[in-house]
Order: sequence, then structure tokens, then C-alpha cells
Amino acid sequence: MSLPSDAHAALETFNGSLSWEQRARLLMQWGDRLPPMSDEEKTDEHRVDGCESKVWLMGDVIDGHWQFRAASDARLIRGLVALLLARVNGLSLQELQQVDLVEWFTQLGLTRQLSPSRSNGLNAVLQKMRQLAG
Amino acid sequence: MPLISPWRADFPAIDALQRQGQTYLDSAATAQKPQALIDATVHYYANGAANVHRAQHLPGAMATQAFEDTRRKAGEWLNAGASGQIVFTHGATSAFNLLAYGLEHVFQAGDEIVISALEHHANLLPWQQLALRRDLKLVVLPVTEAGVIDVEAAAELITPGTRLLAVSQLSNVLGTWQPVRQLVALAQAQGALTVIDGAQGVVHGRHDVQDIGCDFYVFSSHKLYGPDGVGVLFGRHQALAQLQHWQFGGEMVLQTGYQTATFRPAPLGFEAGTPPISAVIGLGATLDYLNALNQSAVAEYEARLHERLRAGLMLRDGVRVLGDPHVALVSFIVEGVHNADLAHLLTEQGVAVRAGHHCAIPLISGLGLSGAIRVSLGLYNDSDDLERFFIALDQALELLR
Repeated sequence: MSLPSDAHAALETFNGSLSWEQRARLLMQWGDRLPPMSDEEKTDEHRVDGCESKVWLMGDVIDGHWQFRAASDARLIRGLVALLLARVNGLSLQELQQVDLVEWFTQLGLTRQLSPSRSNGLNAVLQKMRQLAG
Repeated sequence: MPLISPWRADFPAIDALQRQGQTYLDSAATAQKPQALIDATVHYYANGAANVHRAQHLPGAMATQAFEDTRRKAGEWLNAGASGQIVFTHGATSAFNLLAYGLEHVFQAGDEIVISALEHHANLLPWQQLALRRDLKLVVLPVTEAGVIDVEAAAELITPGTRLLAVSQLSNVLGTWQPVRQLVALAQAQGALTVIDGAQGVVHGRHDVQDIGCDFYVFSSHKLYGPDGVGVLFGRHQALAQLQHWQFGGEMVLQTGYQTATFRPAPLGFEAGTPPISAVIGLGATLDYLNALNQSAVAEYEARLHERLRAGLMLRDGVRVLGDPHVALVSFIVEGVHNADLAHLLTEQGVAVRAGHHCAIPLISGLGLSGAIRVSLGLYNDSDDLERFFIALDQALELLR
């Protein structure tokens, strides 16, 4: 499957050889680059249930390709969500169904950052994307 | 001056975790285990496992002996004397559920169950659900700013309508001792049953159920340096006699036909099915180990380590400690920093602390928080562990601010 260009950029940036500080800084940078969501958009309807911090998600489809926007009140979570968006933005519904969350974060060398609760949270984000797209 | 734990070497996992770059500061969730427990478990499995209370053969007799020895030791640990009995369950949670189902028949619609605002979900949800099933009123005692159940308010809220009081002895979030003796006395004056959640309290210092005066006292083995899968329920004889049988199956029965049955009294009547034999035997070995320690030395060491943790946190800018912790643990937040971010960066640095709501969502929400970081101590922790935590905390905050 061809990857979106942001996904290539993510793969070039993240890998297992980063120090924890580099990794944290990069995650925060990626999170900070997410287009902001207004307070009016941060509604319960857009909240993703099952995350340890608050995460909001919205999606639009343009010519069959999905574009998601997300926000979180926690900075590192925001970074992890940004990396997920990099993987999925621009995909069709069918491609979206095939995204493997664990595989993606393994490729980025971030499996150790996926605690059980965090992994569940990101899975909940992916499920909500599929729900919005489906 | 460094604080060095003379008991650290008795817990092989602490060393193993350190070799993996992990500093373990989450003992309030579950504690590491002493070598004595590991040896006893290996010995049991290597020398002949057998079921308890059933078989006439020698391995069965030996397993039963070891199992019942632990019952005696657990009773001694709580100074139960002749006042009551020890029932083994599959954990503290299942002990609370046993009580909430087994005592259901004593309640009439409109009766009151009194708990406090700081209860762990294990001592909240079984009562909440019982209240919903039976149309009872769940009364929640308020907690002071310092994190202690408000006894004055309790004196008003515990009324002739109160049938049962269930409160924690030591808060798993705030690290505060609760006035259980006074609360038990207030409840007893109204003829109510009393249940103490000793899950955290039992780990720190020795407690005397006769002195507390409670009808039931619950703790879990795994927080007391014992194996998981075992809960201990102490019940006074008169209180146990009110408990109806809840789970049915092997060895809890006296006589049965196809249509009806009669059941054993406590303890065996409440231990349906094969119990966690190896774990109960392991708990016995843990209690022997703990009994051999100098209790006042342990208490003094824990107090000094706790004070150092607390003082170190207070020194740091923006850190807000929850309540006024007495022992065992400190929960905190940092102004302007999300606790999930802080937890993430502590994890990255190999510091194992707990973040989130600590199975006490109503308490955490009531404090206006979405979560907190909890650092909790075992008797094997030392000042180097705290030093590593503080360094990791400072580095995390530097990155985040």
C-alpha cells in the first residue's frame, strides 16, 4: 500500500535510535503542528471515548479521500495522534480499514511508548475514524 | 544522608527491575515479593500439589495443613484471636462482592449504606449496585481538605437508618489514615454492620481488628508482598452468621440432593470450589517473613522514606500534593502540566509510578482533577529510588515547560 507523504516524513523522523528526550521533543513538535481546533469544535460529540486524556476528532471526505483533524489536552498524546493522522490522512475508506495501528507505531520505533491504556486510546481514535468514514 | 533499606535484598525482583533500568514506585498497586514466598511456592509445586479439605491421602493432608496454617497466621496478623474467622477469597474485590451479596437479605428498601468520598471502586461499586438492586440509600461521608473522613459530618450522617458502614482504613490516593475506630463506634451505636477496607492499611504497621471493633476487615495478599489471587476476609462470628451463602460448588456443601442442599458455616461455606492453594501457602510464607522483621524498624524506615518523598515534592515549583499524606504514598499534580504527559516522560525514563484516577474516579473528579501521579513505597525502596524519581521528574518538567 502506498503511504501518504506525511507518513514518509514520519518514518524519516522517528526510529528506534532516538534518545527519550529527542523522541519527546519530536512528539511535541508533531503535536504542535496539528491545525488547531476551536473550542466550539471540542464538543462531546467529537470526543473520543476510552482515552486517558481528552481527544477530539473530526473528519471530512474530499473526492473519496478522508482528512481528519484532532486535538488533545495532553501534548505527547497529541503527538501520537498526529503520527496516526499522518498515516491515515488522504486514505480511502477501504485503505483506512486496513491500517494496522501496532504495525505503524512499530515502524516508528514507538512500541514502548504504547502502554496498554495508550494503545487502547489510539485504537479508540482509529475506530472513531472508521466509524466517521463508514 | 542516604536511606538504605536492609530488606531490599530479600526481594529479588527489585534487583532484576533495576538491571532493566526500572525504578519501582508503584507498590500501592501491587508489591514485589520476598524470596521466602518464591521458595514456598516452588517447594509446594516441586514436592506435590494436592487439593485441600477433600482427599484422605498424604499429599492432600500436607497441602491442607499448610493452607490452614496460613489461615491461622492471617488471623494472628490481624489479632483476630477468638473473635472471628478468616475466609479466603480470590481478592479484596471478591471479598467485597461476597459481603454485598451475602448481606443483601439484611436490607429493606430505604435502608442506608454509608461509605466515604475516598473509597476505591472495590469498596464503592458493590455497595452502589446493592443499593440500586434493593432501593437503598447510599450515603457518602465527606472528606476534609487534608484528606480525612470528616467525623463530625459522619456523626450527623450515620443515623438509625444506617444498616452498614464500609470505609477505607488508609486512602489509596491520599495516603491518609482514616478515623476508623471512631466511625465504627458511630455505626455500632446505631446497630449497623461495619466493614473496613484494609487493602492499603494492612501493609503499613500492624492492626488489631478487635481494637478497631469492626465486623469485617478485608485485605488483598498481593499488596502485602504476597501472591495475587487471594483476598483475606476477617469476620466476627456474629457477623459471619448473618452472611448468606453466595457462590456455590465444591466443598462448601454439607449435604445435597438434586433439589436441595445444606451448606457449611464459615469459613469453608464461603470458599466454594478449589481455592488458590499455592497462593494461600505463599501468603503464609510471606507472613512468616514479615513477622520476623523488626516492626518498629520497618515503620520508622517507611516514615523517613515517606517524609523524604513528600518534602522533595513540596520543594518543586508548581507541584501540588493531594491531601496531607501520612504514609506509604504521595499523589500529586503539577500546575500547567498534564499528568498524562508527565507519566509518559517518567515511563520513558524507567520510573514506574501510577498515573490516572487510581480506581477512585469520584474522588479525583471531586477534587476537580482528571488524574494525578501517585508515587508509592514498599519497604524495599530506598533514597536512591527517590533520587532517580526526582531527577526524572525534573528532566520531564524541563522538557514540558
